[in-house]
Formats: sequence, structure tokens, C-alpha cells
Amino acid sequence: MNRRNSVFVLTCLAFGYAFLYVPIVSMVVFSFNASKLVTVWDAANSPTLRWFYALLGDDEILGAAWTSLKVALTNATGAVILGLLAGYGLARFPKFRGRVSLAAMTTAPLVMPEVITGLSLLLMFVALEQGIGWPAGRGVGTMIMAHMTFSMAYVTVVVQSRLATFDLSLEEAAMDLGARPLKVFFVITLPIILPAILSGWLLAFTLSWDDLVISSFTSGPGSNTLPMVVYSKVRLGVSPEVNALATLTITAVTIIVVGASLWMARAKRIADAH
Amino acid sequence: MKRLRPRIPGRSLVVALPYLWLLVFFVAPFVIVLKISFSDVDMAIPPYRPLFDWYAQHALAIRLNFNNYAFLFTDRLYIDAFLNSVKVAFVSTIFCLLLGYPMAYGMARAAPRTRNILLLLVVLPFWTSQLLRVYAWIGLLKANGVINNVLMGLGVIHSPLTMLYTPFAMYVGIVYSYLPFVILPLYANIEKMDWQLLEAALDLGCRPWQAFYKITLPLSRNGILAGSMLVFIPAVGEFVIPTLLGGPNSLMIGRILWDEFFSNRDWPVASAVAILMLLLLVPFMMWYQSIQARETAGP
Repeated sequence: MNRRNSVFVLTCLAFGYAFLYVPIVSMVVFSFNASKLVTVWDAANSPTLRWFYALLGDDEILGAAWTSLKVALTNATGAVILGLLAGYGLARFPKFRGRVSLAAMTTAPLVMPEVITGLSLLLMFVALEQGIGWPAGRGVGTMIMAHMTFSMAYVTVVVQSRLATFDLSLEEAAMDLGARPLKVFFVITLPIILPAILSGWLLAFTLSWDDLVISSFTSGPGSNTLPMVVYSKVRLGVSPEVNALATLTITAVTIIVVGASLWMARAKRIADAH
Repeated sequence: MKRLRPRIPGRSLVVALPYLWLLVFFVAPFVIVLKISFSDVDMAIPPYRPLFDWYAQHALAIRLNFNNYAFLFTDRLYIDAFLNSVKVAFVSTIFCLLLGYPMAYGMARAAPRTRNILLLLVVLPFWTSQLLRVYAWIGLLKANGVINNVLMGLGVIHSPLTMLYTPFAMYVGIVYSYLPFVILPLYANIEKMDWQLLEAALDLGCRPWQAFYKITLPLSRNGILAGSMLVFIPAVGEFVIPTLLGGPNSLMIGRILWDEFFSNRDWPVASAVAILMLLLLVPFMMWYQSIQARETAGP
């Protein structure tokens, strides 16, 4: 069967991947440039790790990274629990009251413009504080609640689509052999959907770690996250420290994403072999 | 035989927790935004007047005012920003499809090993911070940026082109950021396609373009619609890209909302902007949801 791509499609692929990667590669290359101008290559003193050292000595960036890490870790764990429950319910319970509204509420955050989500959550936190005194002020806590709300929607989609392609006969066999429902869930279902749960966790972590708009609305004084600090630095143009930060981020993302896909490909091969 | 289904004790408990969470943190906030959009701005903390007041403990006074909405419709700035946002989002969606469709098609037709690598290369930028990827374009587009330096070094141009802080830069940024969102659903859709239909059409004498137009394109309709919604809806309210690349004159409604809230501290007007944006986008969200339901339901 002829599955060769035409010249037109190949050209589009080449152009598309160049479009996706030229900005990233250029950002990484210039993070080793000694010049403060960032994009004007200082051949005499480059490549240099100067901006990486500057980054690691920048207390504002380090403090913000710590805040981001706290928010992202808590958020990812909470979002996985909520998203696992919602995804399991949507995939396994064909009919229950509120199914349609639950499906709608887990799809809408995926496309909702962030300014709307951010504004509405902040206004609710303010109204709640006035009404019942909780949450007192805004900061890491309110940011975590806000992030969990949109990241759980992503986890739900990942879990639900994994469960939809999963062989029900495995669960049925365990039931026939007398396993109790909760045991079936923990012994059969959970291990099989573990890769989906892991990628859901990573996705929730990344969404939270990268979020600027919703954090800006729901954070309080003294709880700036990394994207908020980066945004204030780049609003007026380029900054060599941000290039260094981008290089570190891209390296970490590449290692984790490539590692996770290799691991999942292996897990899939083992599952298929059985 | 009746199919056995694992029954989790207290099924309702399983969905109750996420359901309540979303009700409290996703739905309830919109009710509050709606309420505040009808109240007056006030020099207080929080900066708006309450909508309900108890007079002498027994009379409830409700001050509903439509001033905020009237204001939005009388000032050209807001109407222009709304229209411009829809235009920018629409044009960006078209460009994402024009570039993303052939890419997804090429990926789906590649050999399985190449396909996995191509897929990984689309997913990778998606996992990298959008803020940093938009920032990368500042370095490329600015007056002494990479593109100008290369073009001047090659002697193509003699003075730098103005690209940063223009609508062009904003379009590039939006298409760049949202391209993976259109490729992934399209790829998932085209990959499932029955290629024999295409071969049959070609065997029966269809020209390749005709076969594409009559077979492939209609079959990938759901992928096209889902991808378009994933770009169009968030792009209407985009804030980061117009601010960083579009310059001070880029009129986008997401920026207006941000400025009303953070710079003018006018919470009621910001809320009214959010409500109007929602009214505009909710039909598209419902459309997206029905496409998703159709896709997961299978053939």
C-alpha cells in the first residue's frame, strides 16, 4: 500500500517543525552568549555560563521557584485525586444523575480563557472571605485551589480516555473469581491505568508550574510564582537570565517527556505481549 | 448474559467529590462575577458596592444597574476590542489549520517509528512554558534580533524591519503557541481513518486532490472542528501574547479585562467584560463538547 507522503506534505512537515523549533533553539543558543543584548553574539567571550550563575544567585527567582514548586506539587497531587474520581465515574458509570453536567464542567476549563477563570476565582475568594472569613487573604493556598480546578479537567480527560480503551474483561474475570469491587480497583484497574495517572500528574504539575494569568489573579502579596517574576522581567524586552532559565526548563522537560514516553512504550509492549 | 460490572460501593461518593469541587470553584464563581457586573464601583475594599442591602432589618433593596454594560456599548474601545479579538482568533485558527492539517496528515501517514518521533516533537513544545516560548519570539523579532541580524548579514535588507510590537508578531505568536492544539486532535482523527477508502477512490479514477476533498476532508471533520475550537476559544481571551508581542496598541479583550482589573481597579467593569466574553464563547464551548462526545462515542 502506498503510504508515501507527497512533496507538498513533506514541505509542510519540514516548515512546521522548523517553525516549532527555531525559536526554542535560538533561545537556548543565546543563553550561552556573554552579551547583555542577548541576540547580538559576543564572539570574544562566548560561550559562557555567566547567566546561569547569575540565575542561581538571583534570590527573587529562587524564591519564586520555591513558591511555584510548592503550588505545583500540591496541585498535581490534588488534581490527580479529583481527576481520577471524575474520569473513573465518567468512563465506568454509564448513567448517573449529573453525568452531563459533570462532563460539561470537566470540558469547559480546557478551553476557557484564563482571564475569565482567574477573575472569577479571585472574585469568589474575596466574596468568601467577606462572607465566612475563609480563605483569609490570598496566597499559596488560593493559588493551589485555583490551579486544581483547571488541572483536574486535564487529568479527567487523560484518565477517562485510558479507561475507555481498557479491556473490561480483566475486571470481570477478577469479579468472577470472587474479588471484591474495591480489591478489583486496586489490584487490576489502578495498575493498568498507572501510566495515565502518571502522565496526568505530570501534566497537572506542568500546567501549574507554567501558569501566569490565573496565578496573577489569585496570588497574594509576597507569593509571586516563577512565571510572574519572568513576566515582569520580559515585559520590557529580553533578559539573558530568562534565556538561561529557558535552557534549564527545556532540558528538564525534554528529559522527563522523552523518559516517560520510553517507559510508557515499554509498559505498552509488555502489556501487549500478555 | 448480563455483563458484570465492578461496582464500587457508594458510586455516588466517587463522583460527588469532583462534582462538588467544580460546582464550588468553577460554577459558583461565575454567579459572583455576574452579580458584581451589576454593581457600582466603590472606593473601598473590595472596590464595589453590595447589590443587596437590608434597610431597617426588613426591607431588601436590590440595586441592579446596567451602567457597566451600557458603558461597554457606548465606548468604541470595548466594541473594537471585542471585534478585533474575534477577528484575530479567527484568522489565527485558519492559519493553524492550514499549517497543522498537512502536518497531522503527514504524521499519520509516516512509518510507525517515525510517527512516534514526530508526535513526540509536537508534544514537547506543548510541555514547555507558553510564556517562555512567546518570549523566544521577542529575541527573534526585535530590531536587533536574530531575524534582522541574519537578513542584514546576508545583505537581503539594509535596515532592520519593524516586526516586534506589531499585529504580525501577535499572529505569529498565537499560531505558534496554539499549533500543537490543532495538530494533536487532527492527528488522532486522521490516524484512525480507513485508508482503503482513499485507495478505492484513486483506483476508480479520482484525482489525488479530488479524493482528498471528497474522502479525507469530510472524514476528518470532527478533528478539524475540535482543533479549531481548541484554538479559537482561548485565543479570543488571550492575554500574554498580545501584551508581549502585540505592543501597546494591540486591542484584545483579554488585555482590556486585565487592565480594568489591575490598573483601573474597576472590578464591576472587568466583570461585565468577562460576562460578555462568556456569552460570546459559551455556544462555541457547547459545540466543542458535542464534538468531543461524538468522538468518544465512536462510530
